[in-house]
Amino acid sequence: MSAAALGAVPAPALVAAGGAVGALARYGVESAVEGDGSFPRGTLTVNVLGSFLLGVLVFHPVGGDVLLLAGTGACGAFTTFSSFSVATVQLWDRGERTRAAAFVVANTVLAGGAVGLAAALVAAA
Amino acid sequence: MAPRRDSLVVPALVAAGGAVGATARYAVGGALPGPWGTLAANVSGSLLLGFLLYEALRTDRLGDRTRTLLATGVLSSYTTYSTFVVEVVRATPLVGATYLVGSYALAVAAALVGRALAARLDPRSDREVWP
Repeated sequence: MSAAALGAVPAPALVAAGGAVGALARYGVESAVEGDGSFPRGTLTVNVLGSFLLGVLVFHPVGGDVLLLAGTGACGAFTTFSSFSVATVQLWDRGERTRAAAFVVANTVLAGGAVGLAAALVAAA
Repeated sequence: MAPRRDSLVVPALVAAGGAVGATARYAVGGALPGPWGTLAANVSGSLLLGFLLYEALRTDRLGDRTRTLLATGVLSSYTTYSTFVVEVVRATPLVGATYLVGSYALAVAAALVGRALAARLDPRSDREVWP
């Protein structure tokens, strides 16, 4: 779909469509990588991947309508802050404090690094 | 319902919830510009998800499908990590660090409030639950 065709679609509809795709993709990735549930690696994976993709969109930069659909909608819904915070609390509740801390640090460092990588790749392209 | 068709129900709930959650976040972002909208969505979504997931361990009044729709669909899409991280990276170091630590502290505190609310609904609220 061209950016011009997207221009006829109301902004909330673009966000909603992207949100449906992003949520579905998150569900797919989490189902594939979650493992035995001892560590929330599904949430970590979507947060790092989605941060990289949003970084590419923001630094490229793409136009407003594409950003609403793919950025605000898809990347926004693909990644999740609520699962991140609740999973941290749940690890802590289970007495796994080292894992809780490692989960917070891993999300921060890897997602931040992914955004930095996206900026570097866009600058080099 | 045939098992084959049944297997499509969960993805459909996730997608529908995702559309609702992302649109709600967009609306919050329209009311509160920039990182304030992201922060409001992330903190309020953490409270609600904390409540939902701890309610499952306690009274468990919601069915699995309702919880899939609300937790995996709506709330996980309503909150966002990618926008948060991009906002942190693009801010000045002091503002970015404050926003990072503030978001983590408020979201974890909100999840704990949600956990406490779920415990209050539980007639055996003094018992231990294991997430």
